[in-house]
Amino acid sequence: MGGHLNINHLLFLGHGALWTIGLSLIALIGGGIAGFVIALARVSPLRSVRLLSAAYVQLIQGTPLLVILFLGYFGLAAIGLKMSPLAAAGASLTLYVSAYLGEIWRGSIQSVPKPQWEAAEGLALSRTQRMLKVILPQAIRIATPPTVGFMVQIIKNTSLASVVGFVELMRSGQIVNNSLFEPFIVYAIIAAVYFAMCYPLSLFSQKLERRMGRGRVNNLAPA
Amino acid sequence: MSIELDFPAVLERWPNFLGGAVLTLELAFFATVSGALLGTLVAVGRGAHSRSIARISKVYVEAIRNTPLLVQIFLVYFGLASVGLKLSAFTVAVVALTINVGAYTAEIMRAGFEAIPRGQIEAAEGLALTRFQIYWHIILLPAVEKVYPALTSQFVLLMLASSVCSQISAEELTAVANYIQSDTYRAFETYIIVAVLYILLSLVMRAGFWGLGLFLFPRRRQLGTPL
Repeated sequence: MGGHLNINHLLFLGHGALWTIGLSLIALIGGGIAGFVIALARVSPLRSVRLLSAAYVQLIQGTPLLVILFLGYFGLAAIGLKMSPLAAAGASLTLYVSAYLGEIWRGSIQSVPKPQWEAAEGLALSRTQRMLKVILPQAIRIATPPTVGFMVQIIKNTSLASVVGFVELMRSGQIVNNSLFEPFIVYAIIAAVYFAMCYPLSLFSQKLERRMGRGRVNNLAPA
Repeated sequence: MSIELDFPAVLERWPNFLGGAVLTLELAFFATVSGALLGTLVAVGRGAHSRSIARISKVYVEAIRNTPLLVQIFLVYFGLASVGLKLSAFTVAVVALTINVGAYTAEIMRAGFEAIPRGQIEAAEGLALTRFQIYWHIILLPAVEKVYPALTSQFVLLMLASSVCSQISAEELTAVANYIQSDTYRAFETYIIVAVLYILLSLVMRAGFWGLGLFLFPRRRQLGTPL
């Protein structure tokens, strides 16, 4: 058959793993910026902005990431907008992540206790000042554990970029398997590498959550 | 250059789309039912007195939640084949999705179990209910009622995630789309239609779960808690 697993295969997988991390960072940064805009739009005083952003979130969250990817890579190419696999995967993941992070952050902004909003208003802070100086600093604390938890989802979802031919960890595993014909062993290794990337983040997110839970009981004024 | 969109040319294939959508719903249905059972058992297992059962349950949940579904599907697909089990792509897809959603269900159910006040269980023991009665009436049913919204979102996400099964050529909606776009060369129109179909399917599932919730938890309806 195709020979044995050797150091070159493992190096190739390592290279793929680096691209998985790179793509995850692109998705996190792009999706984070867009998601922040979505979160603010979701709590906007303007009804039309709220409705539009809610519709965007519903549309993206109702569509599988795989279909968004196919639409970005094959769909746009068919109407003349050809993108590289990296660009298509980065753009699709950015859309996808922005809808989910936007919702997580909207929830965090809204769970800042109401008296905080009222007090900021009572001190005659403008809406921008209220957001930047009172609400967001508290919302960031609330948002940290679920955001770290969602980073696990981002890393796992980058595996779908393999279907448009982007060579990240999953795709490099498929390529190695094509020369070895040992699917079970190769995919078990791939799974282990994903686990090694995701599990520390999961643990960190749980730890943050527990710490928050303890802090909250003491910090929250009865509202 | 001009862009010409021709939706009718793709919509002509509606019987294929419909067949794919039905298969997606079937996949989601079987995986939801068996995944809910598996997840509940694992959640019970995590609280078991036996150390080894509790540990195995935890390892299962963490292993699944920290690896991509695509990798799990390939592992199940080639794993079952390597032990000589030749199953259809559909069966493999149901097995893989069940294993996947079971872990998420277990986490949600565990949160539900932990939300049951200790005093209620003690009261049930005081009333001499049997262990099974306590588990069923005092722990399981109220826990499901509490986490029902979280569970149903998870099952809708599972339906969307089933699109990944197209990669082992289970003939669900995304696989049908791939086939139609390679046949008609109208990838954009095809994937737009499929995206709309998935949005419709998720709305249908949400509405279904909402109705089921009204039927299953009349108490919740009386309390006026939104589902």
